[in-house]
Amino acid sequence: MTDAAELRRRTRALLDAHPPATTDRRDFLRARFDAGLAWVHYPQGLGGLGAPRSLQAVVDAELAAAGAPDNDPRRIGIGLGMAAPTILQYGTDEQRRRLLRPLWTGEEVWCQLFSEPGAGSDLAALGTRAVREGEDWIVNGQKVWTSSAHLARWAILIARTDPDVPKHRGITYFVCDMTDPGVEVRPLRQITGEAEFNEVFLTDVRIPDSRRLGAIGDGWRVAQTTLNNERVAIGGTPVPREGGMIGKVAATWRERPELRTHDLHQRLLGLWVEAEVARLTGVRLRQQLAAGQPGPEGAGMKLGFARLNQEISGLEVELLGEEGLLYDDWTLRRPELVDFTGRDAGYRYLRSKGNSIEGGTSEVLLNIVAERVLGLPAEPRTDKDVAWKDLAR
Amino acid sequence: MSAQPEPALLLSEEEEALRAAVRDLLTDHCDPAGVLTRSESADPHDVPLWKSLAHAMGLAGLLIPEALGGQGATHREVAVVLEELGRAVAPVPYLTSAVVATEALLACGAEDLLAELAAATTVAVLAVGLHVAPGGAVPGVRRENGALHGELTGVADATVADVLLVPADDGGLYAVRAADATVTRQTSLDLTRPVARVSLDGAPGRRLGDTEPAVRRALRAGAGLLASEQLGLADWLLTETVRYLAERKQFNRPVGGFQALKHRLARLWLEVAGLRAAARNAADALATGADTDVAVAVAQAHAARVAVHAAEEALQLHGGIGMTWEHPVHLYLKRAKADSIAYGTAGAHREALAELVDLRAP
Repeated sequence: MTDAAELRRRTRALLDAHPPATTDRRDFLRARFDAGLAWVHYPQGLGGLGAPRSLQAVVDAELAAAGAPDNDPRRIGIGLGMAAPTILQYGTDEQRRRLLRPLWTGEEVWCQLFSEPGAGSDLAALGTRAVREGEDWIVNGQKVWTSSAHLARWAILIARTDPDVPKHRGITYFVCDMTDPGVEVRPLRQITGEAEFNEVFLTDVRIPDSRRLGAIGDGWRVAQTTLNNERVAIGGTPVPREGGMIGKVAATWRERPELRTHDLHQRLLGLWVEAEVARLTGVRLRQQLAAGQPGPEGAGMKLGFARLNQEISGLEVELLGEEGLLYDDWTLRRPELVDFTGRDAGYRYLRSKGNSIEGGTSEVLLNIVAERVLGLPAEPRTDKDVAWKDLAR
Repeated sequence: MSAQPEPALLLSEEEEALRAAVRDLLTDHCDPAGVLTRSESADPHDVPLWKSLAHAMGLAGLLIPEALGGQGATHREVAVVLEELGRAVAPVPYLTSAVVATEALLACGAEDLLAELAAATTVAVLAVGLHVAPGGAVPGVRRENGALHGELTGVADATVADVLLVPADDGGLYAVRAADATVTRQTSLDLTRPVARVSLDGAPGRRLGDTEPAVRRALRAGAGLLASEQLGLADWLLTETVRYLAERKQFNRPVGGFQALKHRLARLWLEVAGLRAAARNAADALATGADTDVAVAVAQAHAARVAVHAAEEALQLHGGIGMTWEHPVHLYLKRAKADSIAYGTAGAHREALAELVDLRAP
């Protein structure tokens, strides 16, 4: 078993052999991967050492103290958080060896081709078709809400390979080459004026069968690995009091007494309390996770934050009065990261509307809480035994 | 704002064991039908249950130092007890005697009375209206020639008190034996924690200390720990409603399978999860003394809405049966609504927060 002392020793050896001050960033990240210090819980030879996941913090702290570069994890979150665990669990040895190293170093960016215009909450109803032709699959369809597609080298893709069986059974999971000439990426402009996401049109895209992940028709199960890791990735990080949007509106309240009204005061105090309670709920959830007793509260955190973000930013626009009539910039921009606090109140108000839709709508999450946490009966299913091609659409 | 020390929001093993012991006792000796029957008797208080909790389990002395015969425990343990008492709407003077009066006596250093409370031979009640918030105006009785005269109303659990802690117009807090006062039960919204009128007509009293700091401390602890009682109420209401809706069938389906109702219960669950964190945070802050005023005000600015909402949802979702005297949901609704006034309304605590966190009124 690799313990903390051993990891520290290995980290220092890495730093000695590749001093961050004089080593190219990419070379350092490659060397770190090869030393098994990228994600220590991954297997040896794939960037890890088979060590407990909790020991990653030991490595990260040593490297940060030495001023070593990191792989900018926020920018490559889809690769790290969703593609990598799926490739690790379902990929062939060759796929893992080829794909994981440049994924982790950020040399190859990943995106996720899951949602479609006709398959949102009901993702399993997706209609992008993949038809076998010799050793290849020919893919046609349209995907939507794809972040990083315009930067990505690879995509994880789910497509329908058998329309004659019920929807969950006819899906297959692929790795799609985003440089294929049949892949067209268009920015998807959203209500904020910018385009964080893309639409992706797939026209006769050729994917070799060697880039399939998991068995033919087993793609829905493979996708669960991806989606479960998405939920882990979205799970909360520690927030100080007045962290997040409530801090912005509280600061404005303190600095601009001329904007205050009694009505806004009552509403602000109410939301301040709710934001603090939500923060404490997150603190308690993390303490449960740390104690090895993961609680069901995680399912509810996103619901609460979505509503709070929307109400707080709505109040902020109102508080600003005449300034609330303005907007900072409608230019079609392509931000790589969502920045809730870097822009004006109007942006926050508009962007937070997506919080109750992205990553599971609030309505679907309420069903999940009701069924999985409270044990209430599941929604009646009329689509379970119907072939995908016969579904209402 | 500066970084806050992280509160401990989970129960320790010892606290879990305490919870299990209290819950076992209440399961055996405090069922809703019994509470309802008792609520219509001359006095709704469950004296045998109080003796088991206070004396046999030693819970009356949790906040009292061991040197005085108490347990020398903290507000965290008290919160565990109160959550369970809330779950059972138990008609016992725990919050009023073992928390609020005890805190006032601790502030005054009244060791003899504290020893009596720890031994569970005496129930003490602070003779301040249940509605008064920490820092709120406290009416006092007249002190003339060493005797106390006047009337105080809205005093919770006064009918079972042996000793009343009475504020007087000279700024002092006096211990008055209940036998020297006239205590009359007022017809109360909350059947399981009735309030009473305390009349003093030349009653002798012993000065314990100054009213202001003692009452402020007592009401702050009462407010902070009331949130745990409200959590217990809300948790029982949610659990019972989910159980009933999974079982109750209409239109050839369990009613709990209708999405409109599932979503309401899921939202309620989310509110209760928030209250659990806020209530534990208040109890922890009272125990550690860190960030206490804010933690208590946050908990009380939030708890009433959740507990009352839980009771109102439970009643509505039970349909007709929820409106009957026979079904216990009204005991919880009445307690939850009275709790929304007890130790200050949510609005009073929000106002306190406006000062505490510098979000001042126009």
